[in-house]
Amino acid sequence: MTENTTKRLAIIAGHGTLDAAYGPFVLATAAAAMEMEVAVFFTFFGLRILKKGAAKKLKVAPIANPAMPIAIPNIIGMLPGMTCMATWMMNRWFKKAHVTKLSELIEMSKDLGVKLIACQMTMDVMGIKKEDLIDGVEVGGAATFLEFASHDAITLTF
Amino acid sequence: MDIIPHQTLDASGLACPMPIIKTKKAIDGMAAGEILKMISTDAGSVSDVKAWTGKTGHELLGHEEADGKFIFFIKKKRT
Repeated sequence: MTENTTKRLAIIAGHGTLDAAYGPFVLATAAAAMEMEVAVFFTFFGLRILKKGAAKKLKVAPIANPAMPIAIPNIIGMLPGMTCMATWMMNRWFKKAHVTKLSELIEMSKDLGVKLIACQMTMDVMGIKKEDLIDGVEVGGAATFLEFASHDAITLTF
Repeated sequence: MDIIPHQTLDASGLACPMPIIKTKKAIDGMAAGEILKMISTDAGSVSDVKAWTGKTGHELLGHEEADGKFIFFIKKKRT
């Protein structure tokens, strides 16, 4: 191990779209493979990623998203079914580029010892119970995350 | 490259971050001083494997490119 490099990564996942969910898990698994200790705190809409079965159903929003590879004007993006269509396209591009499925990345991160922390307050606000979440998740609040991050962690927000 | 690996890992067709994760898992299962040959088709691997060995302390003995494949030879560090 090279001397004096940071050994912890603390990530906040605050959004529940498919694109926003990939970043935390790609970085968490890569960091764990680099022998770093990793924690991801799932708060607000990000908590949805941890709901049972949700990883396979997350969507990409074409509306107010000027970065889609195929430009979709907002007036078209707002039509019923456009979110599903954009998601279907995105999943096809992912498959073509051999990107690992989100559900597999989540399993991989647990396997590598990444700590997944579900925000208690969000659970209360959204009426989500611990049994609604995938196995291997711990429930905590801001202090749980901050205590982990306070040990010289790199902190990223998604 | 005239290196005889103890183990070969074919990570062809896998995108970031899988080549690094598979490499870590393979190295974990090997003995200190042994050499892993890792094959990847992810162009990002060239930079990533260097970064990974730099961070973890395993030694990148060398890498070569042939027919769209990137081949790495990594020696597991002594603990």
